[in-house]
Amino acid sequence: MFQNVGHPVPRKEGREKVTGEAKYVDDLKFPGMLHGVTVRSPVARGRIRGIEFPPGLPWNEFTIVTAPDIPGENVVALIVDDQPYLAAEIVNHPEEPVVLLAHPDKYLVEKARAAVRLDIQPLPSIFTIEDSLAKKEIVWGEDNIFKSFLVEKGDVDSVWQEAAHIVEGEYRTGAQEQLYIETNGVVAIANAADGVTIWGSMQCPYYIHKALLKAFPLAPEKIRVIQMETGGGFGGKEEYPSMIAGHAALLAWKSGKPVKMIYDRAEDMAATTKRHPSRTRIKTAVSREGKLIAIDMEFVVDGGAYATLSSVVLSRGTIHAGGPYACPNVRIRSHAVATNAPPHGAFRGFGAPQSIFALERHMNKVARAVGLTPEEFRRRNFLHRGETTATGQEIREAVDLERLLDRALELSDYHRKTKTFAQQNQRSRVKRGIGFAAFMHGAGFTGSGERYLQSIAGVEALADGRVRILVSSTEIGQGTNTILAQIVAETLGLDYDQVEIARPDTSQVPNSGPTVASRTCMVVGKLVESAAIGLKQTLVNSGLLAENYRAGEFSRACARYIAEFGPLKSFSQYQAPPGIYWDDDTYRGDAYGAFAWAVYVAEVAVDTATCEIKVQDFVALQEVGRVIHPVLAAGQIEGGVAQGIGFAVFENVVWKDGRMANNQMTNYIMPTSVDVPRIRVYFEEIPYEYGPLGAKGIGELPIDGPAPAVLNAIENALGIAFDEIALLPEMLMEEAGVV
Amino acid sequence: MSKVEIKFQVNGAPRSVQVYPMERLLDVLREKLNSTGTKEGCGEGECGACSVILDGLLVNSCLVPVLQVDGCEILTIEGLAKDGLLHPIQEAFANTGGAQCGICTPGMILASYQLLKRSPHPTDEQIREGLAGNLCRCTGYQKIFDAVRHASEA
Amino acid sequence: MRAYAPDYDLVAPARLNEALRLVADQARPMAGGTDLMVLFEAGRLPYRRLVSLWRIPELRGIAASETHLTLGALTTYTEIQQSAILRLEFPLLVQAASWTGAIATQNRGTLAGNIANGSPAADSPPALLVYDAEIELLSSNGLRWVPYTAFHTGYKTSVMRPDEIIGHIRLPRTTSGRAQYLRKVGTRRAQAIAKVALAGLAKTSGGVMHQIRIALASVAPKPIRCPETEAVLAGRKLDRAALEAAKLKIAEEIVPITDIRSTQDYRRKVTANLLQEFLETLLP
Repeated sequence: MFQNVGHPVPRKEGREKVTGEAKYVDDLKFPGMLHGVTVRSPVARGRIRGIEFPPGLPWNEFTIVTAPDIPGENVVALIVDDQPYLAAEIVNHPEEPVVLLAHPDKYLVEKARAAVRLDIQPLPSIFTIEDSLAKKEIVWGEDNIFKSFLVEKGDVDSVWQEAAHIVEGEYRTGAQEQLYIETNGVVAIANAADGVTIWGSMQCPYYIHKALLKAFPLAPEKIRVIQMETGGGFGGKEEYPSMIAGHAALLAWKSGKPVKMIYDRAEDMAATTKRHPSRTRIKTAVSREGKLIAIDMEFVVDGGAYATLSSVVLSRGTIHAGGPYACPNVRIRSHAVATNAPPHGAFRGFGAPQSIFALERHMNKVARAVGLTPEEFRRRNFLHRGETTATGQEIREAVDLERLLDRALELSDYHRKTKTFAQQNQRSRVKRGIGFAAFMHGAGFTGSGERYLQSIAGVEALADGRVRILVSSTEIGQGTNTILAQIVAETLGLDYDQVEIARPDTSQVPNSGPTVASRTCMVVGKLVESAAIGLKQTLVNSGLLAENYRAGEFSRACARYIAEFGPLKSFSQYQAPPGIYWDDDTYRGDAYGAFAWAVYVAEVAVDTATCEIKVQDFVALQEVGRVIHPVLAAGQIEGGVAQGIGFAVFENVVWKDGRMANNQMTNYIMPTSVDVPRIRVYFEEIPYEYGPLGAKGIGELPIDGPAPAVLNAIENALGIAFDEIALLPEMLMEEAGVV
Repeated sequence: MSKVEIKFQVNGAPRSVQVYPMERLLDVLREKLNSTGTKEGCGEGECGACSVILDGLLVNSCLVPVLQVDGCEILTIEGLAKDGLLHPIQEAFANTGGAQCGICTPGMILASYQLLKRSPHPTDEQIREGLAGNLCRCTGYQKIFDAVRHASEA
Repeated sequence: MRAYAPDYDLVAPARLNEALRLVADQARPMAGGTDLMVLFEAGRLPYRRLVSLWRIPELRGIAASETHLTLGALTTYTEIQQSAILRLEFPLLVQAASWTGAIATQNRGTLAGNIANGSPAADSPPALLVYDAEIELLSSNGLRWVPYTAFHTGYKTSVMRPDEIIGHIRLPRTTSGRAQYLRKVGTRRAQAIAKVALAGLAKTSGGVMHQIRIALASVAPKPIRCPETEAVLAGRKLDRAALEAAKLKIAEEIVPITDIRSTQDYRRKVTANLLQEFLETLLP
């Protein structure tokens, strides 16, 4: 059917990655380059009384930057603009940046960093959601609350009386470190005459551009941000790079030299963003027939010391909290609260893994209380076409969740295993279990978000018939360059090799929006498709190309057009698909253009002698609209599942006085090749009308399902419910361990 | 302290550097020899992004003081392709989706190289064990296993 | 990388006596560097002068006599795993080597380095303890042999004098007919630091325990043998009652702590369970 789309074409950026030729930011060298480091607060909250530079180091050789050196505003522009580039009087979290140093010797500058003494008088600090909500100390604004939402459907309070069952539960998720294998890093050149140029590891060049505009008194065209090959992001390089870019630029501005700043692992783990910890309380009313009649939820996330993206994380978590279920009465009250931890930020899923974990654990709890199997309870409550979500969005897609569930259970041999394990567990020290989670994930920015972004994508035809894609969307491992090229090649009937993609450089490409929110394929891909169609139309309308042309004719037409009229470019700006209505005030309506739907099944074995948990097998089944590149799509699912398994049973942040104490790879445990099961991925396709060639977004979907599926499996194995992750053997041993 | 002269071979070519004896081999490769294919991921010998082959053995170059490579032969990722032709392992990684963001890839490919030298037809278990010191955050390892299996059959 | 390399000196003598002279002059020995370099790059290596033993031939090799197997200090974990005689007679040491770090660490990490570093969580000590290993300590003044059970004295302290290095590790070839057990419980299934590891070596006949050695990692400030638990079992008829008595005793005998990786309670329970797992294999 398709020439390029749906086929595993070679990756655009593939060869360089396997030869070591791909250039990441730390591979860059500039003449006269300095190395920059950040001196950070050792205390969670306090008043800065002084900064000492002890004797013994040649301080006159160093460039030293503090808050007064910032030429523009001392703020990292994002949403609320409450976070400073450098703390001036008060620090609000451990690791908060206070002083920047630069020197030509990258090792001497580290020695200098260790020598600088910050005199900070401690102030009272808080570290838990409970303390923040109780206002034990006010550490942000008037009341510690960054943001609140209230979603209401029907009238929850009117139905408790009629419920046959009322089931309550509380669920908690901890912080999770993105742990991209390449740490944060940038190189900056900055002076008043030439402006600021940043090369860096990043997901969103235009976020950095916006932030630097506030910190430096320069016109927009004097700020240029260029993405280098980026070694993983997962959200950890969505908003954070604005901070490190500003720091490097400040040092470059003051020194007049290029400045490279690369975080080492310990610093990156302790100082940069992590997934928001969460606490969810759910109360549900169920009818005698096992149908949900009310869901009442309180969803709270810990945003750390500054607002950053907490309002949006809260938004996504809130909207996903209702799950793929039809329930006439829903109330979701959500809050993002402040503590004195380093600010939490974007991480794949962005609030949804937290609320979906709670909901899918709760659904199993409800099933048990009601006397139904988890699967039967889902069947009685799944959304169908024509029914509405918690925000009142009508499902217009022909999705059949019961059939998806059945297929997932069949693929995982769920029923047979449930029976067999139940028998075997009676005689075995190693208990086995199987569990699933059903969920959906909305692609693109929520509600009016995409309209607000007004993303633009372009394509340019060259005289030899090559077409270059112009977007600020970044390749960070997921295959952006490849799938966008496939879409253009397909749309224009060209060879895949004829399509290339410009490096994301804000001086060369339009703002196609951030590379986040599972939007690159679905939203930007659609824009790129439209731009390509526009390009074709321009050629056809100019009389240089027939409507049904052959590939060779395209090149000739481009050459003739350019010779006669000049550059041949076509741009397309985002327009919301028709019929999407969202109310930002009541938080009701169509939250997303499309959802991808999934059922994930996890099989676990728990050795009760040690309570070690092994995920033995994993089935990931999802409906995604259209698979643009089968290998890349499966790669997204497999990678997301591995991260989700880590979220569930490995990755625990140990906090000490608000600081990550286990900030080394030896003590923050991500899965190795021996720890992951075989992950079996299956796709279904119900083309989405407004996606490119029918495609929806899938980047975040796969990290939503594993944690609840694994915990449901553990409950199946042990008969004990655990509702907090990361779930570690120590926690199991207390409840379930046999001695 | 003073610098010393260290002589060794990198990808078959003789190299000589004037360095402090405790400089990390990783930094000497990347900064003195401008061989940036070898990457730093953790600086503690946990992630394997800095893996190179030293006298035939896979090592984490972030943990090797340069003094100890005097007279040694080192193979880095840059030394695998010959005359522009990719090594079968590189080919396999490129084609099967074994590389996503690519930062772990040089180390992962060299670990695979060592694995296939020791066990030319490894079992699934041997592949997992052989790569356990190379962390990948993007792929979930599945397509890395496929790449190694593919290369072992080539 | 938080160390300033110009502040450090590292030399690599070709001969043993030169190395010993330097150690006597307060240079710290480095073998494969897999422990020291981690400290170094975190900016926490307290020593400025180091001597690399890596090339010294006298410290390499595995030699077998009729009664003993003698391993050079610089025997790597990879070499341990590749030794046919170790695989046959000292499988616990081979097992421990296979789960120390991962391949790259195993190619550079050495047995003496593991011992000298003195971490209570180290992988080789439990096996060495149940094998009744002996450690040769060399200095410019001569050599002495120390039973490994007496080697560690406390948290990262040992009987080694500042002018001594480990020369060889000697294992008595008395493992035939012994039941052997080793299990490590880590934070994950590969490249993990032990939360608990238990090694066991036992000789039984006719349902009676004739000889029993039990050793553990990560449940005390140093790797330990469990003489009290061994005493409960020695000479005893092997039945459930013996097993339960041993479990109770070992839970008292160890002194685990709660740290960044695990809890005191978990370590205590897992230790008892691993002992049970071992003893169950011996029940008639």
